[in-house]
Amino acid sequence: MSVYLNVLLLGLLVVTGLLTIMAPTLLLGAISLAAASAVLSALLFQMGGPLAGVFELSVCAGMITVVFVSVICLTRPLDDVEARERYRLRLLRFVPLSLLLLVVAVWTWYMPPTVDTPPPAGVATESVRIVLWDLRRLDLVGQVLIILAGVFGVVVLFHENRPQDGAPKP
Amino acid sequence: MSEEAQFLFSAGTIAVIVLALTAVYAMVASRNLVRILLGLEILTKAVTLLVAVAGYVSGRMALAEALIITMIVVEVVIIAVAAGVVINAQRHTRDLDPRTLARLRG
Repeated sequence: MSVYLNVLLLGLLVVTGLLTIMAPTLLLGAISLAAASAVLSALLFQMGGPLAGVFELSVCAGMITVVFVSVICLTRPLDDVEARERYRLRLLRFVPLSLLLLVVAVWTWYMPPTVDTPPPAGVATESVRIVLWDLRRLDLVGQVLIILAGVFGVVVLFHENRPQDGAPKP
Repeated sequence: MSEEAQFLFSAGTIAVIVLALTAVYAMVASRNLVRILLGLEILTKAVTLLVAVAGYVSGRMALAEALIITMIVVEVVIIAVAAGVVINAQRHTRDLDPRTLARLRG
């Protein structure tokens, strides 16, 4: 039963991923991305990674979707006629992708990916908290530094030039 | 390895290949900066799935979870900064076409 559920979730993930790329409007693409994140979160839960699933659902399906919707609102949106015209041109540009996916489908049908080596003896049973805070402690330092760099980057990008000598702001 | 894990590995790898191929193609062929960011997001989903499947079949899901959490943090920061770059680029060039950025001096 869980095998069929995992395969169904994998199929849903591929469909929502393709829909994100091929959506006619940016807003539909952002919503499809949120759906793909939610499906991936369910997959992570199924595979025994609940903490990663929670992160994926809250951060990727939630916060990143908000960021994308904000960007779409702050940039010039296309009207319906322009969007439909560009959608037809975009579909033409993605025809080679469908050929590539067909090649992948044929290749994986005749040579499905398998792994021959068995898992290592004495399978690790440590908790994710021990791995995160003990074994991968240096990763946390890197994460903090990246967050700091991101904050400074966003502050610099949205910095407004102030007028000099008290001149009225235009 | 159990048959279920072997089957999940095969199906998961195929899904990773399809997602990664689609995402890279979208990033190369798109003429909209926001769609390029969407392609980057899908590529990150593919890598996350790959790490999760590898952790599941090898029995080291805890390590895979820690790596996925790290990747999600990095992904969020990249998207936030990239969104700021896209908004500023659109304010300066009045267009979201990445080809207009070729006119930048420097």
